Amino acid sequence: MTVQVELFLQTLIAGFLLGGLYALIGLGMALIMGVMRIINLAHGDLMMVAMYVAYWLFTLFQIDPYISVFVATPLLFFLGIGLQKFLINPVMKVESILPHNQVILTVGIGMVLANLATVFFSSNYRSTPVAYASKAWYLTDYWKDAPIELSLSAPWSLSFLVAVTITVLLWFFLRKTDTGKSIRATAQDIDAALLMGVNVRKMRVVTFGLGAALVGGAGCLFIPIYYLYPSLGKQFTNVGFVITVLGGMGSTEGAIIGGVILGIFESMTATYLGMGWAPVGRFLIFVAALIFLPGGVASILRKQRLGK
Amino acid sequence: MKKFMPLIILAILCLLPLAGLSSYIMHIVILVIMWSIIGMGWNLLGGYCGQVSFGHAAFFGMGAYAAGLIYYHLGISAWWGLLVSVPVLTLSSLVIGFICLRLRGAYFALSTLALGEVLRVTAANLVKFTHGDLGIMIKQRTWVDKTWYYYIVLILAAGSFWLIKTVTESKWGYYFVAIREDQDAANSLGINTTLYKTIALCLSGVLTGVAGAFYMNYMGYIDPTTVFPLYDISIVTVMVVMVGGVATFWGPALGALIMVFLAELIRSMPKIGAAHQTLFGILLILIIIFLPNGVAGDLRKLTRLFKRRRPA
Repeated sequence: MTVQVELFLQTLIAGFLLGGLYALIGLGMALIMGVMRIINLAHGDLMMVAMYVAYWLFTLFQIDPYISVFVATPLLFFLGIGLQKFLINPVMKVESILPHNQVILTVGIGMVLANLATVFFSSNYRSTPVAYASKAWYLTDYWKDAPIELSLSAPWSLSFLVAVTITVLLWFFLRKTDTGKSIRATAQDIDAALLMGVNVRKMRVVTFGLGAALVGGAGCLFIPIYYLYPSLGKQFTNVGFVITVLGGMGSTEGAIIGGVILGIFESMTATYLGMGWAPVGRFLIFVAALIFLPGGVASILRKQRLGK
Repeated sequence: MKKFMPLIILAILCLLPLAGLSSYIMHIVILVIMWSIIGMGWNLLGGYCGQVSFGHAAFFGMGAYAAGLIYYHLGISAWWGLLVSVPVLTLSSLVIGFICLRLRGAYFALSTLALGEVLRVTAANLVKFTHGDLGIMIKQRTWVDKTWYYYIVLILAAGSFWLIKTVTESKWGYYFVAIREDQDAANSLGINTTLYKTIALCLSGVLTGVAGAFYMNYMGYIDPTTVFPLYDISIVTVMVVMVGGVATFWGPALGALIMVFLAELIRSMPKIGAAHQTLFGILLILIIIFLPNGVAGDLRKLTRLFKRRRPA
């Protein structure tokens, strides 16, 4: 019995930590979704780029992945700005039969990034063997007669804490600064924002950069606990959009909650059904959200707010 | 003249094997025709009805596995898969439509993308049912020579072309275009948008699935990563139609011709071969920026471009 409880609680902890990191991926996607009304299908591939940056910094200069957050995030920010300015903005003006050309464009970008990584870095699995990789804190060390044994992995906890810090910083940025307010205004109503004097086009560029920077940060946080290969982007793109749908299209609070839900659910499927089934669990929760909660978590939040 | 164009082209294609082409060229021609069937299927849903799908590998793979599994479990010829895949794909398209067609635009695209991935994982994990990552192999191929495969895929393609032409020129076709242009307006005019989107999805799924069943018979081997991949099937399907021309009759065939030859060309180059997805991605980006309606759709733009160049 205690073994069952232990397993359950341990899975819950792992899921929660994973969820915090997922939330960071989802946040970037939700921001881009909110402002530009397109889903960025190159999201996971941008994360892959950041992971390679962190990997090479570690391998060549022994720079800790947590420090390379400060390198990869600005780098990805400018990469995002470049992509938006030179590729996505021109397409927004082009007249065509299909309205989703920008989405197809992001697929093309993702494809190029993933394939270039394969060509330059080969498709080997890589990881950064940091010194503290297997360090963990155990419950019995602090509480001698604990009835159950639980552990907390050091790199996972550290990644989680950094992710939470970035999220809080983002929250302040969106709430308190002028640029943040303009981004939120653009997300709410593009025409109204334009009339209020918001430079919508600039906001689009900044938002795409910000989204890329967020997922870049997530990449650096993932590399100490995960491994790296060129086509890993797809998987995290899937994670990102499942969170976006689960959280409610373009809602930032929803994305955080959605990320945590997905993280916990995925750990549960991995523990109780087997590792290979985790993507199916991801899809199940996606389908369930579509059928039972089409507005996502954001619709529940909104209802509560209106109720008050 | 224009009315008889499809028949003339069909007649020429029927005579093609008499030209005594090498079996490598025949292989490429068969692939071109197979891809144009998939492209036509995608075009009906994406081009005419406006529901862009990033997961046609799901339908392709289901068709291929329908053919493979009846051979693997029941021991009957995989050619029955061409027939079996029709009800299988209709049913699964209904289920998929029930879930995914609640979504609009980019979200529909995403849900189909997830679908392809999930089916790949499921096929790889249900080891007892699908033989997992080891895949299914037909021990003895029906013919060594490619001529019969060619005629079979040609008949399938002619049938698909006829089906698409009939559907899009009927009332349904106009409903589809109305849904693409403005779903709310179509709804308010009394078109049952959910019903017609589901019809488009079913037709599209069945065509793609039949192409998948043919692939199983032709290649003789499938595994989850060859029939359910995101880039090599789903995205290439989108590209075939985008390159050829969205919502045109000849677009998918033209796109299939360009894409398959391009793929063979790039793969045969010694050093660039590994980077074929990069080149495809760049091509996709260029097409979206400069020829958003494809070769067939932007024909006038292309001819104008060449005419302008001549005097200079």
